[in-house]
Amino acid sequence: MAKGSIVAGCLAPHPPHLVYADNPEQNEPVSEGGWEQLRWGYERLRDSLKDVEYDVIVVLSPHWQTYVGTHFIGVEKCASKSVDPVFPNLFRFNYDLTIDVDLARAIHDQAKSEGMSVKMMENPDFRVDYGTIVSCHMVRPEWDKPIVSISSNRGLSYYSVEVMQEMMLELGRSTAKAIEESGKKCLLLASNSLSHRHFVTETNPPEDMSKEHITSHAMHLWDMRMIDLMRSGKSQQIINEMPEFCEQAIAESDGGALTWLLSAMDIPSQPATLHGYGTIIGTGNAIMEWPCHTWGEQ
Amino acid sequence: MMSGEIVKSLIVPAHPHPVLCPEKNEGWQNIRDAYDEARRQIEESDADLIIIYSTLWPSVIGHQIQADPNPEWVMVDADFHDLGSIHYSLRIDTDFAHAWNKANISRGLESRTVAYDGFPVDVGSVVALELLNPDNRIPAVICSTNVYSNRSETTVLAKACMDVVKSQGKKAVAVSVMSLSNRMFTEPIEPHEDRIHSLKDDEWNRKILEFLSEGRLEDIGQLSRTIHNQIRVKKVVAFKPMWWLSAMNDNRNDLTGEVLAYEPIHGAGAAVVVLNPESNGTGDKEYDEDDVEFYGGDRDVLDSKGDEPAIQVSNSGPALYDPVEGKNAVNTNKAPKPVGAYPHARREGDLIYLSGVGPRQPGDNSIPGGPIKDKNGNPLDYDIKAQTRAVVENISRILEEAGSSLDKVIDVTSFLVDMDRDFSGYNEVWAETLGKIGPTRTTLAIRALPTPIAVEMKVIAKA
Repeated sequence: MAKGSIVAGCLAPHPPHLVYADNPEQNEPVSEGGWEQLRWGYERLRDSLKDVEYDVIVVLSPHWQTYVGTHFIGVEKCASKSVDPVFPNLFRFNYDLTIDVDLARAIHDQAKSEGMSVKMMENPDFRVDYGTIVSCHMVRPEWDKPIVSISSNRGLSYYSVEVMQEMMLELGRSTAKAIEESGKKCLLLASNSLSHRHFVTETNPPEDMSKEHITSHAMHLWDMRMIDLMRSGKSQQIINEMPEFCEQAIAESDGGALTWLLSAMDIPSQPATLHGYGTIIGTGNAIMEWPCHTWGEQ
Repeated sequence: MMSGEIVKSLIVPAHPHPVLCPEKNEGWQNIRDAYDEARRQIEESDADLIIIYSTLWPSVIGHQIQADPNPEWVMVDADFHDLGSIHYSLRIDTDFAHAWNKANISRGLESRTVAYDGFPVDVGSVVALELLNPDNRIPAVICSTNVYSNRSETTVLAKACMDVVKSQGKKAVAVSVMSLSNRMFTEPIEPHEDRIHSLKDDEWNRKILEFLSEGRLEDIGQLSRTIHNQIRVKKVVAFKPMWWLSAMNDNRNDLTGEVLAYEPIHGAGAAVVVLNPESNGTGDKEYDEDDVEFYGGDRDVLDSKGDEPAIQVSNSGPALYDPVEGKNAVNTNKAPKPVGAYPHARREGDLIYLSGVGPRQPGDNSIPGGPIKDKNGNPLDYDIKAQTRAVVENISRILEEAGSSLDKVIDVTSFLVDMDRDFSGYNEVWAETLGKIGPTRTTLAIRALPTPIAVEMKVIAKA
């Protein structure tokens, strides 16, 4: 069996506003548009991936928050309605997706063998979190690829950014090893924004772009710094600066997804492609792609 | 009118173990039994509403209030999914939900109701209502916890809630769904291995429960930030339910408290506490926090508050003054600032003389029911009843500051700028409030008042 591989890693933020603005038929609410810079960024990402062959999407979402270890969905068919508890006016999405349980379990088992606290989620009534759904939908709206859904273990909440990163670095290594042994080609998604300070009021309509901007200049500076590091292939520096970034930008990478992604790609020195940047209700969002399939053997 | 009250307050844990598997651990069963005892106490009271403030429903856009009359779904916990599913079908008091939302907005808060099929009611609310109100005998209302809200905002949220409890005459049970210490074990454990995560957490939990058993709710409210720093995992929602619950109880420290159970659930501190409004006879509080009536924070950062704000803040009118201090002067920051150099009231002998009192609100100077004209002088539609009620509430606040109360008012002179339009509504509110007390009254029609209000009252009361 040929070795499995990561064909690309993406930073794929999940604000439901993007699905809302795209008006797909699975989503009940409708809009007049909005957040085009990010939606067109996702278009560019999809275009970049259209000729890349892969078998499964592996996504880590900060909106499945677990405190007792890292969890993996272990139910093959998941179909229900996802309603965002924070923006229910924007996101009421009927989903019907397939989980690659074999790969999920392989990552679970590998992480467990490395001493991590992990658990398979096998309750058929479980609802998939909206972060996973938004990121997967924006990257692959056809929903024709199975996914692996990984929870966000809140290591930061219990310990520190440093401990969280140690856990996510290990989870990334376990993910890469399990993928390699599976023989599957995988697209990895870190489902998170960058700076994450929201406005606490909403415009009417929500897609009024005359009111959309970053919440503060400091947040903008942090977002640009992180994007520049990604574009320069300075992954290790991102990890080094993560504690300050999380604290000062209230960054959503505190959920571990970005660190996990960088680790799975072996802390790449290759540059990432910026497909789009924009703010959503004040938070900073970048769509980035590390095109691992072009890198060859390391 | 004004007959509603909190008949009971509860602090209950959020984890699903007492619903799904109490038999697996003696402590979980104790929590379940305590929940059952709390349910019996609620049933024996004359409660007609359960108000849930859940830390497990975080919100960003202000506060959200559940307004679906019958939310139904199957809830699975994000961590403890292996314990099973909870099918819920809840009964929501939608009239109350909408009224609370309106009251929030009137007090300057960002707020909205939610009513969507499939909305994921949070695990804490589901667990609490499943155990406290399994047959939906009593309608409920559920409010989110804003991740950014501070004590001022949380206090105003409670006061807005109490506005509606009183105006609708509800006998309400206020429920904070929360853990005490919330540090769980980060690995799976066997049920028999469960214990409070650390000795420090346990000691803090017991101190909290000691205070609560003595009815010292406001003391816990004031210790909230310290408690959060000591025994709380830094989740997005802090130890703010105690702020809400204390404000729901008028920030009292002399309630009658009873701890029905205290046990670990996967390492976190789970307690069922009942607080009754009867005074335990001890001294009340030393209240040293800002007691805000209206929220004036930076919530308007987008310069958009929707189409029709419930109140309109007057941006015209005369300059405002700090009330004049001096011998026998009575002033309070709970009443609107004067439009001239005078005090809110003066005490002379056994009598208290109030300066003319209008409906403007302390803090933001807004006018309940709306101003009578815009800044260009164009007439606006307004609600004379809302203005009159606000006048009476301002009078009450000033009298309370003077050590008196509304029932000691002996003479009132009222001024209306449009007698033909407003007398009926004004008279109706009078009958509901001061009319029940019985002061003498004179009502005059005048051409204008200094601010764009329709009614003002001049009051004399006994000290």
